[in-house]
Amino acid sequence: MASMRDIKRRKSSIQSTQQITKAMKLVSTVKLQKARTRAEQTNPYTNHMYQTIRSMLTKSGNVNHPYLVSGESAKKAVVAITSNRGLAGGYNSNIVKLVANSGLPMEEVEIYAIGNKGQDAFIRRGYHIKHSDSSLIEAPTYAEAAALCKQVLDAYTNGEIGEIYLAYTHFKNTVVHEPTLIKLLPVEIDTTEPEEPAGPTAQMVYEPNEEEALDMIIPKYITSLFYGALVEAVASENGARMQAMDSATSNAEDIISDLTLKYNRARQGAITQELTEIIAGASAIS
Amino acid sequence: MADQSKIFEVEIITPDRTFYKSEATMIEFNTAAGEIGVYKNHIPLTTVLAPGVVTIHKDGEDNVIAAVHSGFAEILPEKVTLLAEVAEWPDEIDVERAEAAKKRAEERLASKAESVDVMRAELALRRALVRMDIAK
Repeated sequence: MASMRDIKRRKSSIQSTQQITKAMKLVSTVKLQKARTRAEQTNPYTNHMYQTIRSMLTKSGNVNHPYLVSGESAKKAVVAITSNRGLAGGYNSNIVKLVANSGLPMEEVEIYAIGNKGQDAFIRRGYHIKHSDSSLIEAPTYAEAAALCKQVLDAYTNGEIGEIYLAYTHFKNTVVHEPTLIKLLPVEIDTTEPEEPAGPTAQMVYEPNEEEALDMIIPKYITSLFYGALVEAVASENGARMQAMDSATSNAEDIISDLTLKYNRARQGAITQELTEIIAGASAIS
Repeated sequence: MADQSKIFEVEIITPDRTFYKSEATMIEFNTAAGEIGVYKNHIPLTTVLAPGVVTIHKDGEDNVIAAVHSGFAEILPEKVTLLAEVAEWPDEIDVERAEAAKKRAEERLASKAESVDVMRAELALRRALVRMDIAK
Protein backbone atom coordinates (compact mmCIF):
# COMPACT_ATOMS: atom_id res chain seq x y z
CA MET A 1 0.00 0.00 0.00
CA ALA A 2 1.24 3.43 -0.98
CA SER A 3 2.23 5.65 1.90
CA MET A 4 0.07 8.58 2.96
CA ARG A 5 2.61 11.05 1.71
CA ASP A 6 2.73 9.52 -1.77
CA ILE A 7 -1.03 9.56 -2.09
CA LYS A 8 -1.20 13.15 -0.93
CA ARG A 9 1.42 14.26 -3.44
CA ARG A 10 -0.32 12.49 -6.30
CA LYS A 11 -3.64 14.00 -5.34
CA SER A 12 -2.37 17.56 -5.31
CA SER A 13 -0.69 17.10 -8.68
CA ILE A 14 -3.95 15.91 -10.20
CA GLN A 15 -5.79 18.78 -8.59
CA SER A 16 -3.57 21.33 -10.27
CA THR A 17 -3.99 19.56 -13.63
CA GLN A 18 -7.71 19.73 -13.11
CA GLN A 19 -7.52 23.45 -12.55
CA ILE A 20 -5.72 23.87 -15.84
CA THR A 21 -8.19 21.76 -17.81
CA LYS A 22 -11.06 23.62 -16.19
CA ALA A 23 -9.60 26.97 -17.23
CA MET A 24 -8.97 25.72 -20.76
CA LYS A 25 -12.52 24.55 -20.99
CA LEU A 26 -13.81 27.98 -20.04
CA VAL A 27 -11.54 29.68 -22.56
CA SER A 28 -12.64 27.43 -25.40
CA THR A 29 -16.29 27.86 -24.46
CA VAL A 30 -15.95 31.60 -24.93
CA LYS A 31 -14.01 31.17 -28.16
CA LEU A 32 -16.56 28.67 -29.40
CA GLN A 33 -19.39 31.11 -28.93
CA LYS A 34 -17.60 33.75 -30.96
CA ALA A 35 -16.59 31.34 -33.71
CA ARG A 36 -20.06 29.91 -33.84
CA THR A 37 -21.76 33.25 -34.47
CA ARG A 38 -19.28 33.91 -37.24
CA ALA A 39 -19.93 30.52 -38.79
CA GLU A 40 -23.65 31.16 -38.70
CA GLN A 41 -23.23 34.55 -40.33
CA THR A 42 -21.35 33.14 -43.31
CA ASN A 43 -23.98 30.50 -43.94
CA PRO A 44 -26.40 32.59 -46.03
CA TYR A 45 -23.62 33.65 -48.39
CA THR A 46 -22.30 30.12 -48.93
CA ASN A 47 -25.78 28.65 -49.34
CA HIS A 48 -26.85 31.23 -51.83
CA MET A 49 -23.63 30.78 -53.76
CA TYR A 50 -24.24 27.05 -53.93
CA GLN A 51 -27.83 27.51 -55.13
CA THR A 52 -26.73 29.90 -57.87
CA ILE A 53 -23.94 27.66 -59.09
CA ARG A 54 -26.24 24.68 -59.10
CA SER A 55 -28.96 26.35 -61.06
CA MET A 56 -26.38 27.67 -63.54
CA LEU A 57 -24.88 24.25 -64.08
CA THR A 58 -28.24 22.53 -64.26
CA LYS A 59 -29.19 24.88 -67.00
CA SER A 60 -25.98 25.09 -68.95
CA GLY A 61 -25.59 21.31 -68.97
CA ASN A 62 -22.30 20.10 -70.38
CA VAL A 63 -20.44 23.30 -71.03
CA ASN A 64 -16.86 22.44 -71.87
CA HIS A 65 -15.44 24.84 -69.35
CA PRO A 66 -11.93 24.28 -67.92
CA TYR A 67 -13.31 24.33 -64.39
CA LEU A 68 -15.80 21.60 -65.18
CA VAL A 69 -13.51 18.98 -66.71
CA SER A 70 -10.69 17.16 -64.98
CA GLY A 71 -7.20 18.53 -65.61
CA GLU A 72 -4.59 16.38 -67.34
CA SER A 73 -2.32 16.11 -64.33
CA ALA A 74 -2.85 13.12 -62.06
CA LYS A 75 -1.86 15.22 -59.03
CA LYS A 76 -4.58 15.95 -56.55
CA ALA A 77 -4.44 18.92 -54.24
CA VAL A 78 -5.91 18.43 -50.79
CA VAL A 79 -6.45 21.53 -48.71
CA ALA A 80 -6.44 20.17 -45.16
CA ILE A 81 -7.67 22.44 -42.40
CA THR A 82 -6.47 21.53 -38.91
CA SER A 83 -5.47 23.51 -35.84
CA ASN A 84 -2.22 25.00 -34.58
CA ARG A 85 -2.70 23.73 -31.06
CA GLY A 86 -3.36 20.31 -29.66
CA LEU A 87 -5.41 19.14 -26.70
CA ALA A 88 -8.53 19.03 -28.79
CA GLY A 89 -9.31 15.33 -28.62
CA GLY A 90 -9.45 13.62 -31.99
CA TYR A 91 -9.94 16.84 -33.91
CA ASN A 92 -6.67 16.88 -35.84
CA SER A 93 -6.10 13.16 -36.20
CA ASN A 94 -9.61 12.72 -37.61
CA ILE A 95 -8.77 14.98 -40.55
CA VAL A 96 -5.47 13.19 -41.18
CA LYS A 97 -7.17 9.80 -41.00
CA LEU A 98 -9.91 10.97 -43.29
CA VAL A 99 -7.42 11.97 -45.98
CA ALA A 100 -5.34 8.80 -45.47
CA ASN A 101 -8.40 6.55 -45.79
CA SER A 102 -10.00 8.47 -48.63
CA GLY A 103 -8.51 6.18 -51.27
CA LEU A 104 -6.44 8.97 -52.83
CA PRO A 105 -3.03 7.45 -53.63
CA MET A 106 -0.35 9.04 -51.44
CA GLU A 107 2.10 9.70 -54.32
CA GLU A 108 -0.47 11.78 -56.17
CA VAL A 109 -1.56 13.93 -53.27
CA GLU A 110 -0.20 17.43 -52.76
CA ILE A 111 -1.13 18.74 -49.34
CA TYR A 112 -1.95 22.39 -48.78
CA ALA A 113 -1.69 22.33 -45.00
CA ILE A 114 -3.55 24.90 -42.96
CA GLY A 115 -2.56 24.45 -39.30
CA ASN A 116 0.63 23.10 -37.74
CA LYS A 117 -0.76 19.95 -36.21
CA GLY A 118 -2.10 18.55 -39.44
CA GLN A 119 1.04 19.50 -41.29
CA ASP A 120 3.26 17.60 -38.84
CA ALA A 121 1.01 14.55 -38.98
CA PHE A 122 1.00 14.53 -42.79
CA ILE A 123 4.79 14.80 -42.89
CA ARG A 124 5.08 11.87 -40.48
CA ARG A 125 2.88 9.79 -42.74
CA GLY A 126 5.04 10.65 -45.74
CA TYR A 127 2.77 13.00 -47.64
CA HIS A 128 4.19 15.75 -49.78
CA ILE A 129 3.43 19.22 -48.44
CA LYS A 130 3.17 21.68 -51.26
CA HIS A 131 2.27 24.72 -49.27
CA SER A 132 1.61 25.47 -45.65
CA ASP A 133 0.02 28.41 -43.96
CA SER A 134 -0.59 28.06 -40.28
CA SER A 135 -1.41 31.67 -39.46
CA LEU A 136 -4.58 31.48 -41.52
CA ILE A 137 -6.50 29.50 -38.94
CA GLU A 138 -5.97 31.98 -36.11
CA ALA A 139 -8.43 34.56 -37.37
CA PRO A 140 -9.55 33.74 -40.91
CA THR A 141 -10.61 36.67 -43.09
CA TYR A 142 -12.25 36.56 -46.47
CA ALA A 143 -9.26 38.26 -48.10
CA GLU A 144 -6.92 35.55 -46.83
CA ALA A 145 -9.25 32.83 -48.06
CA ALA A 146 -9.30 34.56 -51.44
CA ALA A 147 -5.48 34.62 -51.60
CA LEU A 148 -5.29 30.91 -50.79
CA CYS A 149 -7.98 30.18 -53.34
CA LYS A 150 -6.11 32.10 -56.02
CA GLN A 151 -2.95 30.15 -55.35
CA VAL A 152 -4.69 26.79 -55.65
CA LEU A 153 -6.65 27.84 -58.73
CA ASP A 154 -3.49 29.10 -60.42
CA ALA A 155 -1.88 25.71 -59.89
CA TYR A 156 -4.99 24.14 -61.38
CA THR A 157 -5.09 26.33 -64.47
CA ASN A 158 -1.33 25.85 -65.00
CA GLY A 159 -1.92 22.13 -65.13
CA GLU A 160 0.16 21.39 -62.02
CA ILE A 161 -2.77 19.70 -60.37
CA GLY A 162 -5.77 17.97 -61.86
CA GLU A 163 -8.24 17.92 -58.99
CA ILE A 164 -8.81 19.92 -55.85
CA TYR A 165 -10.19 18.52 -52.60
CA LEU A 166 -10.97 20.20 -49.32
CA ALA A 167 -10.74 18.41 -45.96
CA TYR A 168 -12.22 20.22 -42.98
CA THR A 169 -14.35 19.64 -39.94
CA HIS A 170 -17.98 20.47 -40.49
CA PHE A 171 -19.56 22.15 -37.48
CA LYS A 172 -22.99 20.59 -37.08
CA ASN A 173 -23.64 21.73 -33.52
CA THR A 174 -21.72 22.16 -30.29
CA VAL A 175 -21.22 18.44 -29.73
CA VAL A 176 -21.22 17.05 -33.28
CA HIS A 177 -18.35 17.89 -35.62
CA GLU A 178 -17.94 15.86 -38.77
CA PRO A 179 -14.64 15.55 -40.60
CA THR A 180 -15.59 16.13 -44.23
CA LEU A 181 -13.75 15.67 -47.52
CA ILE A 182 -15.29 17.38 -50.54
CA LYS A 183 -14.23 17.66 -54.14
CA LEU A 184 -14.02 21.28 -55.27
CA LEU A 185 -12.74 21.07 -58.81
CA PRO A 186 -13.76 19.97 -61.33
CA VAL A 187 -17.10 21.13 -60.02
CA GLU A 188 -19.38 18.21 -59.43
CA ILE A 189 -22.82 19.20 -58.41
CA ASP A 190 -25.65 16.80 -58.20
CA THR A 191 -27.89 18.16 -60.93
CA THR A 192 -30.26 15.23 -60.76
CA GLU A 193 -32.23 16.40 -57.77
CA PRO A 194 -35.23 18.41 -58.85
CA GLU A 195 -34.93 22.15 -58.77
CA GLU A 196 -37.52 23.52 -56.36
CA PRO A 197 -38.37 26.93 -57.81
CA ALA A 198 -38.60 25.75 -61.39
CA GLY A 199 -40.35 28.96 -62.43
CA PRO A 200 -38.23 32.08 -62.59
CA THR A 201 -34.73 30.56 -62.46
CA ALA A 202 -35.42 28.43 -65.51
CA GLN A 203 -35.28 31.39 -67.86
CA MET A 204 -32.34 33.04 -66.15
CA VAL A 205 -30.32 35.27 -68.44
CA TYR A 206 -26.59 35.69 -67.88
CA GLU A 207 -24.62 38.80 -68.50
CA PRO A 208 -22.07 39.18 -70.15
CA ASN A 209 -22.67 35.53 -71.17
CA GLU A 210 -22.78 32.16 -69.52
CA GLU A 211 -19.17 31.23 -70.08
CA GLU A 212 -17.76 34.49 -68.75
CA ALA A 213 -20.17 34.48 -65.86
CA LEU A 214 -18.99 30.96 -64.93
CA ASP A 215 -15.40 32.16 -65.23
CA MET A 216 -16.14 34.87 -62.71
CA ILE A 217 -18.43 33.04 -60.39
CA ILE A 218 -16.70 29.68 -59.94
CA PRO A 219 -13.58 31.18 -58.29
CA LYS A 220 -15.89 33.14 -55.99
CA TYR A 221 -17.77 29.96 -55.24
CA ILE A 222 -14.55 28.14 -54.33
CA THR A 223 -13.40 31.08 -52.21
CA SER A 224 -16.68 31.14 -50.35
CA LEU A 225 -16.34 27.41 -49.67
CA PHE A 226 -12.79 27.92 -48.39
CA TYR A 227 -13.88 30.74 -46.16
CA GLY A 228 -16.89 28.85 -44.89
CA ALA A 229 -14.71 25.81 -44.19
CA LEU A 230 -12.14 27.90 -42.31
CA VAL A 231 -14.74 29.55 -40.13
CA GLU A 232 -16.47 26.24 -39.41
CA ALA A 233 -13.14 24.58 -38.66
CA VAL A 234 -12.36 27.23 -36.03
CA ALA A 235 -15.73 26.63 -34.41
CA SER A 236 -15.22 22.86 -34.51
CA GLU A 237 -11.73 23.13 -33.06
CA ASN A 238 -12.97 25.04 -30.06
CA GLY A 239 -15.94 22.74 -29.68
CA ALA A 240 -13.67 19.70 -29.77
CA ARG A 241 -11.31 21.26 -27.25
CA MET A 242 -14.17 22.16 -24.98
CA GLN A 243 -15.37 18.56 -24.98
CA ALA A 244 -11.90 17.14 -24.49
CA MET A 245 -11.23 19.46 -21.57
CA ASP A 246 -14.63 18.73 -20.06
CA SER A 247 -13.98 15.00 -20.01
CA ALA A 248 -10.43 15.60 -18.72
CA THR A 249 -11.85 17.61 -15.84
CA SER A 250 -14.38 14.94 -14.93
CA ASN A 251 -11.72 12.21 -15.21
CA ALA A 252 -9.57 14.19 -12.80
CA GLU A 253 -12.55 14.41 -10.49
CA ASP A 254 -12.90 10.61 -10.53
CA ILE A 255 -9.22 10.03 -9.79
CA ILE A 256 -9.26 12.58 -6.99
CA SER A 257 -12.22 10.93 -5.22
CA ASP A 258 -10.55 7.54 -5.59
CA LEU A 259 -7.33 8.90 -4.12
CA THR A 260 -9.18 10.60 -1.26
CA LEU A 261 -10.68 7.25 -0.32
CA LYS A 262 -7.28 5.58 -0.44
CA TYR A 263 -5.74 8.37 1.59
CA ASN A 264 -8.38 8.09 4.32
CA ARG A 265 -7.94 4.33 4.48
CA ALA A 266 -4.19 4.71 4.79
CA ARG A 267 -4.67 7.33 7.51
CA GLN A 268 -7.02 5.08 9.44
CA GLY A 269 -4.61 2.16 9.03
CA ALA A 270 -1.79 4.25 10.39
CA ILE A 271 -3.81 5.34 13.44
CA THR A 272 -4.91 1.76 14.19
CA GLN A 273 -1.34 0.61 13.93
CA GLU A 274 -0.12 3.31 16.25
CA LEU A 275 -2.82 2.48 18.82
CA THR A 276 -1.98 -1.20 18.71
CA GLU A 277 1.66 -0.36 19.29
CA ILE A 278 0.89 1.87 22.28
CA ILE A 279 -1.44 -0.67 23.84
CA ALA A 280 1.09 -3.44 23.29
CA GLY A 281 3.79 -1.24 24.83
CA ALA A 282 1.60 -0.39 27.86
CA SER A 283 0.69 -4.00 28.53
CA ALA A 284 4.36 -5.00 28.33
CA ILE A 285 5.27 -2.54 31.09
CA SER A 286 2.50 -3.52 33.57
CA MET B 1 -49.07 52.41 -47.13
CA ALA B 2 -46.83 51.84 -50.09
CA ASP B 3 -48.17 50.46 -53.32
CA GLN B 4 -47.65 46.70 -53.02
CA SER B 5 -47.48 46.14 -56.75
CA LYS B 6 -44.19 48.04 -56.98
CA ILE B 7 -42.39 46.59 -54.00
CA PHE B 8 -39.84 43.81 -54.18
CA GLU B 9 -37.29 42.32 -51.83
CA VAL B 10 -33.65 43.40 -51.77
CA GLU B 11 -30.91 41.46 -50.05
CA ILE B 12 -27.20 42.23 -49.94
CA ILE B 13 -25.12 39.36 -48.58
CA THR B 14 -21.40 39.44 -47.83
CA PRO B 15 -19.26 36.57 -46.52
CA ASP B 16 -19.28 38.04 -43.02
CA ARG B 17 -22.89 39.06 -42.59
CA THR B 18 -26.23 39.68 -44.18
CA PHE B 19 -25.42 43.26 -45.00
CA TYR B 20 -28.88 44.54 -45.86
CA LYS B 21 -32.33 43.10 -46.19
CA SER B 22 -35.42 45.10 -46.87
CA GLU B 23 -38.08 46.05 -49.38
CA ALA B 24 -37.62 48.60 -52.14
CA THR B 25 -39.26 50.05 -55.20
CA MET B 26 -36.10 50.41 -57.27
CA ILE B 27 -32.44 49.51 -57.02
CA GLU B 28 -29.57 50.93 -59.04
CA PHE B 29 -26.11 49.42 -59.24
CA ASN B 30 -23.03 49.03 -61.41
CA THR B 31 -22.45 45.87 -63.41
CA ALA B 32 -19.58 44.82 -65.63
CA ALA B 33 -21.73 45.89 -68.60
CA GLY B 34 -22.67 49.30 -67.17
CA GLU B 35 -25.11 50.82 -64.72
CA ILE B 36 -28.54 49.31 -64.41
CA GLY B 37 -31.70 50.14 -62.53
CA VAL B 38 -34.10 47.39 -61.58
CA TYR B 39 -37.83 47.65 -60.92
CA LYS B 40 -40.19 44.90 -59.90
CA ASN B 41 -40.87 42.11 -62.44
CA HIS B 42 -37.51 42.41 -64.11
CA ILE B 43 -36.59 39.42 -66.27
CA PRO B 44 -34.46 36.84 -64.40
CA LEU B 45 -30.87 37.91 -64.80
CA THR B 46 -27.53 36.99 -63.26
CA THR B 47 -24.85 39.58 -63.77
CA VAL B 48 -21.37 40.38 -62.58
CA LEU B 49 -20.94 43.43 -60.33
CA ALA B 50 -18.42 46.19 -60.88
CA PRO B 51 -17.20 48.41 -58.02
CA GLY B 52 -19.82 51.07 -57.57
CA VAL B 53 -22.56 52.65 -55.55
CA VAL B 54 -25.76 50.80 -54.84
CA THR B 55 -28.78 53.05 -54.46
CA ILE B 56 -31.93 51.54 -53.03
CA HIS B 57 -35.05 53.60 -53.59
CA LYS B 58 -37.88 53.27 -51.13
CA ASP B 59 -41.38 54.56 -51.22
CA GLY B 60 -41.71 57.66 -49.07
CA GLU B 61 -38.35 57.17 -47.38
CA ASP B 62 -34.84 58.39 -48.02
CA ASN B 63 -32.73 56.44 -50.47
CA VAL B 64 -30.27 54.01 -48.99
CA ILE B 65 -26.78 54.06 -50.44
CA ALA B 66 -23.82 51.75 -49.97
CA ALA B 67 -20.55 50.89 -51.69
CA VAL B 68 -20.19 47.42 -53.20
CA HIS B 69 -17.02 45.94 -54.67
CA SER B 70 -16.98 42.78 -56.79
CA GLY B 71 -19.45 39.97 -56.65
CA PHE B 72 -22.57 39.18 -58.60
CA ALA B 73 -26.25 39.95 -58.61
CA GLU B 74 -29.16 37.62 -59.04
CA ILE B 75 -32.29 39.35 -60.22
CA LEU B 76 -35.65 37.62 -60.00
CA PRO B 77 -39.06 39.25 -60.60
CA GLU B 78 -39.81 39.42 -56.85
CA LYS B 79 -36.33 39.61 -55.41
CA VAL B 80 -32.87 41.02 -56.04
CA THR B 81 -29.91 39.42 -54.29
CA LEU B 82 -26.47 40.95 -54.39
CA LEU B 83 -23.70 38.56 -53.38
CA ALA B 84 -20.86 40.96 -52.73
CA GLU B 85 -17.38 40.19 -51.47
CA VAL B 86 -17.20 43.60 -49.84
CA ALA B 87 -20.01 45.99 -48.98
CA GLU B 88 -19.75 49.16 -46.91
CA TRP B 89 -22.03 51.82 -45.51
CA PRO B 90 -20.95 55.42 -46.07
CA ASP B 91 -20.10 55.90 -42.38
CA GLU B 92 -17.84 52.84 -42.36
CA ILE B 93 -15.51 54.28 -44.96
CA ASP B 94 -12.16 55.70 -44.00
CA VAL B 95 -11.85 58.67 -46.36
CA GLU B 96 -8.17 59.28 -45.67
CA ARG B 97 -7.34 55.70 -46.49
CA ALA B 98 -9.36 55.86 -49.68
CA GLU B 99 -7.56 59.04 -50.71
CA ALA B 100 -4.19 57.44 -50.07
CA ALA B 101 -5.24 54.42 -52.10
CA LYS B 102 -6.37 56.67 -54.93
CA LYS B 103 -3.02 58.46 -54.96
CA ARG B 104 -1.10 55.19 -54.95
CA ALA B 105 -3.14 53.75 -57.79
CA GLU B 106 -2.76 56.91 -59.86
CA GLU B 107 0.99 56.94 -59.35
CA ARG B 108 1.23 53.33 -60.38
CA LEU B 109 -0.82 53.94 -63.50
CA ALA B 110 1.17 57.05 -64.39
CA SER B 111 4.55 55.37 -63.95
CA LYS B 112 3.82 52.98 -66.84
CA ALA B 113 6.51 50.65 -65.51
CA GLU B 114 6.57 47.08 -66.75
CA SER B 115 5.98 45.70 -63.30
CA VAL B 116 2.67 47.52 -62.87
CA ASP B 117 -0.39 45.34 -63.04
CA VAL B 118 -2.61 47.82 -64.89
CA MET B 119 -5.82 45.90 -64.30
CA ARG B 120 -5.22 45.75 -60.58
CA ALA B 121 -4.26 49.38 -60.31
CA GLU B 122 -7.33 50.43 -62.26
CA LEU B 123 -9.58 48.37 -60.04
CA ALA B 124 -7.96 49.83 -56.94
CA LEU B 125 -8.46 53.32 -58.33
CA ARG B 126 -12.12 52.63 -59.05
CA ARG B 127 -12.67 51.24 -55.57
CA ALA B 128 -11.05 54.29 -54.03
CA LEU B 129 -13.16 56.65 -56.15
CA VAL B 130 -16.36 54.84 -55.22
CA ARG B 131 -15.47 55.02 -51.54
CA MET B 132 -14.70 58.73 -51.67
CA ASP B 133 -17.80 59.40 -53.74
CA ILE B 134 -20.13 57.71 -51.29
CA ALA B 135 -18.51 59.02 -48.12
CA LYS B 136 -19.27 62.63 -49.03
